Amino acid sequence: MSILTHEQTKRISERVISLSKADECIVSVQGSRIGNIRFARNAVSTAGLADDTQLQVQVAFGKRQGSATINEFDDKSLERAVRRAEDLARLAPENPEFMPAIAKTGYKASDTFVQRTADIDPEYRAQAAAYAMEACRKKGLVAAGFFTDRASFESVANSNGVFGHQGATSLDFTCTVRTEDGRGSGWVKRSARDVARFDPREAADVAIEKALRSVDARALEPGRYTVVMEPAATSDLISAMLGGFNARLADEGRSFLSKKGGANRLGDKLFDGQVNIWTDPWNEDVPVLPWDNGMMPRERVQLVKDGRINALNYSRFWGKQKDQRAIGTAGNIIMAGTDKSTAELIASTKKGVLVTRTWYIRMVDPQSVLLTGLTRDGTFYIENGKIKHPIKNFRFNESPVTMLNNIEEIGKPVVIGGDEANYSMLIPSMKIRDFNFTSLSDAV
Amino acid sequence: MERRQFLHIGAGTAGAMLIPVFGHAIAADELMKPLAASAKKVLADTALNAATQAGASYCDVRIGRYLNQFIITRDLNVENISNTESSGVGVRVIAGGAYGFASTNDMTPDGIANAARQAVAIAKANAKLQREPVRLAPLKGVGEVAWATPFKQDWRSIPVKQKADMLIAANKAGMDAGASFMTASLFQINQQKYFASTDGSYIDQDIHRLWAPINATAVDKASGKFRSRAGLSSPVSMGYEYFDAKAGDKVRAAGGVTTLYKNSYDIVEDARLAGMQARQKLSAKSVEPGKYDLVLSPEHLFLTIHENVGHPTELDRVLGYEANYAGTSFVGLDKWESKKFKYGSERVNFVADRTTPGSLGLIGYDDEGVRAKKWDIIRNGILVNYQATRDQAHIIGENESHGCSYADSWSTIQFQRMPNVSLEPGKARLTPDEMVKDVKKGIYILGRGSYSIDQQRYNSQFGGTLFYEIKNGKITGPLEDVAYQTNTQEFWNACSAICDERDWRMGGSFFDGKGQPSQVSAVSHGSSTTRFNGINVINTARKIG
Repeated sequence: MSILTHEQTKRISERVISLSKADECIVSVQGSRIGNIRFARNAVSTAGLADDTQLQVQVAFGKRQGSATINEFDDKSLERAVRRAEDLARLAPENPEFMPAIAKTGYKASDTFVQRTADIDPEYRAQAAAYAMEACRKKGLVAAGFFTDRASFESVANSNGVFGHQGATSLDFTCTVRTEDGRGSGWVKRSARDVARFDPREAADVAIEKALRSVDARALEPGRYTVVMEPAATSDLISAMLGGFNARLADEGRSFLSKKGGANRLGDKLFDGQVNIWTDPWNEDVPVLPWDNGMMPRERVQLVKDGRINALNYSRFWGKQKDQRAIGTAGNIIMAGTDKSTAELIASTKKGVLVTRTWYIRMVDPQSVLLTGLTRDGTFYIENGKIKHPIKNFRFNESPVTMLNNIEEIGKPVVIGGDEANYSMLIPSMKIRDFNFTSLSDAV
Repeated sequence: MERRQFLHIGAGTAGAMLIPVFGHAIAADELMKPLAASAKKVLADTALNAATQAGASYCDVRIGRYLNQFIITRDLNVENISNTESSGVGVRVIAGGAYGFASTNDMTPDGIANAARQAVAIAKANAKLQREPVRLAPLKGVGEVAWATPFKQDWRSIPVKQKADMLIAANKAGMDAGASFMTASLFQINQQKYFASTDGSYIDQDIHRLWAPINATAVDKASGKFRSRAGLSSPVSMGYEYFDAKAGDKVRAAGGVTTLYKNSYDIVEDARLAGMQARQKLSAKSVEPGKYDLVLSPEHLFLTIHENVGHPTELDRVLGYEANYAGTSFVGLDKWESKKFKYGSERVNFVADRTTPGSLGLIGYDDEGVRAKKWDIIRNGILVNYQATRDQAHIIGENESHGCSYADSWSTIQFQRMPNVSLEPGKARLTPDEMVKDVKKGIYILGRGSYSIDQQRYNSQFGGTLFYEIKNGKITGPLEDVAYQTNTQEFWNACSAICDERDWRMGGSFFDGKGQPSQVSAVSHGSSTTRFNGINVINTARKIG
């Protein structure tokens, strides 16, 4: 029952809308099958499968809203859900910022579903994990990792005639390889919507190589360094900045994009001229659903153009207040790059630090988007274009705004799922000067 | 770690809280209708029998109904009221020496039996890769038992309007006192969890939790500066009586700088203070970086305890089971085996406890059917134990589990999660005011701020909500831009004084994340106001653009 077709959800949605006596009715149906396998200490620790299907109905009488959910789809159950939502709406307080259901609109489909990913079974998952574990056993290393695959669908409909239905698939693989004595650690992450673009052997080999190279790290004094950041090292820093693109936040004076005196910084040049960041639901590498959580159609939006703030994100309510067009919120982040490999960025570095990934990143000061976090699982010293030796991990206190101002070179973008960010991302490796490492960490 | 894997609830506005969303909206009338234990037993037996017939040597089944009510307000508006429910069944098995897990929201006998058989199939696939069979500590079945969070007022029975009015009153108080913007939210959790296993346990639990975070933001448009002050309440496992705001539950902070709360909460008063203090923060002195003696209030220290005592002593981390995500731990088994690893100074005693009244970790039984208990983690500064589940107990020479197994949903597999880990109060009589008198150059820190720690829990950095300079035994005024960076062992060995039990209270983490797929759990950490000597403080002020 977890994956329904376009025809099934359309029929269900139309039935729900026809049952409602409210001023407006919104229906959302979602389902997913999520499989996973987790391994540690060169053995499987847990594995599982979860499926769930839900229908949510949201109604409004004037500015009063109510909603109800059900996971049964017979007529009686659907009617019960509608009546419950209507009862709750009648009791709810008015929301002065209520926005009516969106007018009829179409959604241009994005290519988010691949059948062979949806067909992944427990045997495939076990095999994906097996290579890393076996290769590590042979080399006297210890593997821990996680493979998860997801097949899902979502449909949205409302009483103004809006309807959209789309399936999606994705997989994520992460693997941490450690030496048995705990002196070395390497990591890899791979994300894809098409299982054909995922090679568990290639991925595990990257983590193995990093682990072997990271043994006997030396301490380097904290300070400002030129860094070559792999995509996993900057993805969560960049995504942490995007909340500040909320137009209302900026206009209210509570964002790094607020200006003295009360205006926002739309049009200001805040970053290096090489920086171009946009969102695009139809991007072939990181496609996402063509609507957001509020059923608003997504579009390609250039957030940063040649280092300038090019667009802010207006909610429907705030857009109405400010006479600006609201667009669906971003589901992905894409940053422009070049064809240069990370190896090429290293080769052109006289002295610097290679960072595989950053971790436990938290906002210290939203005023400057100052973030703190640490390097992890593969930090190396670069000298005269070569990786010289592993170095101990650092804590950093740095703002992505400053970081994107200090770009020396940009590499090739790669698909990377955020560690804690809810975006599909296409992020390049980067060479950045004066990156601020504030203390050493003994962690391996 | 506290996760950020959140969705916006509310109108997507600046002030909208970020919260994890489990389940889906339901009408209020549904909240009060639990499924009868007898019906759950029938469903559980269906799963146990199907798994056993498919070849499982062990099976446990968790039938869950997870109810939440979230009320989100911004300024004088109610932005969102949402009742959510998620119901379903999770089946964990051991077959061929390996775990398998499957879950479903199809709660028909066929649906549940299918999930059980699927779990066995997954276990058998995993068994081919398993080097050592799973070894569970023995556990005697308890038969049919029930346990519920003690409370006086069920949050589900309080009219939504009454709750929304309380939050709006708090926001108004904050704005009247100087905040440009206020948010107040109320998270209410009810977990109806039924556990059954082939050991012969049928455990029905009804768990209730609450949290009312508030946040005041003051903006100075002329300078472009903005500052926030978060609320000083604690998330709790109790009923709506938490909002009774009893005068006897109010605690005067050192120097009278603010009011703190214990056992019940005056949200309107805290919001008023938050509005006033957010405004004050705009003109507070920026800290000079350097070494300071820190006087840390329990509302702040709980998060430091959580990150650099709670997490490193999780046995699964120590053993490497979390290596790919949250990381490992600096306190390996060798340190425990030595019986002399000096985690902290002699006055430092940490106790793990799943029985503390009002605490987020309070339960009757864990998600493996193990009864809640209490044990030492650190005694007189020495590491003496970890936190373990049934399949880990033998590794540390224990013949029973500590009762640390938890899953955040029927759809997720249970694994080792932190119990309440709390710092015992000092034995000598000492108040926060008396503690401050002994400090020459220090900072008094209250409330939670930013937090970050490395993957083995050595290097951490913490901010806070309120900072006050201490000079020659006196609190001289507010500070800003404060964060302290420290190494865990050095930090706890720098513990030089702990106030007595009169000052002991809990803070808590409502959304503690761990595991893959990531799961959240709720846990409290108690302490009294505690002093740490010679800690490195940095200044976090930066200019951009």
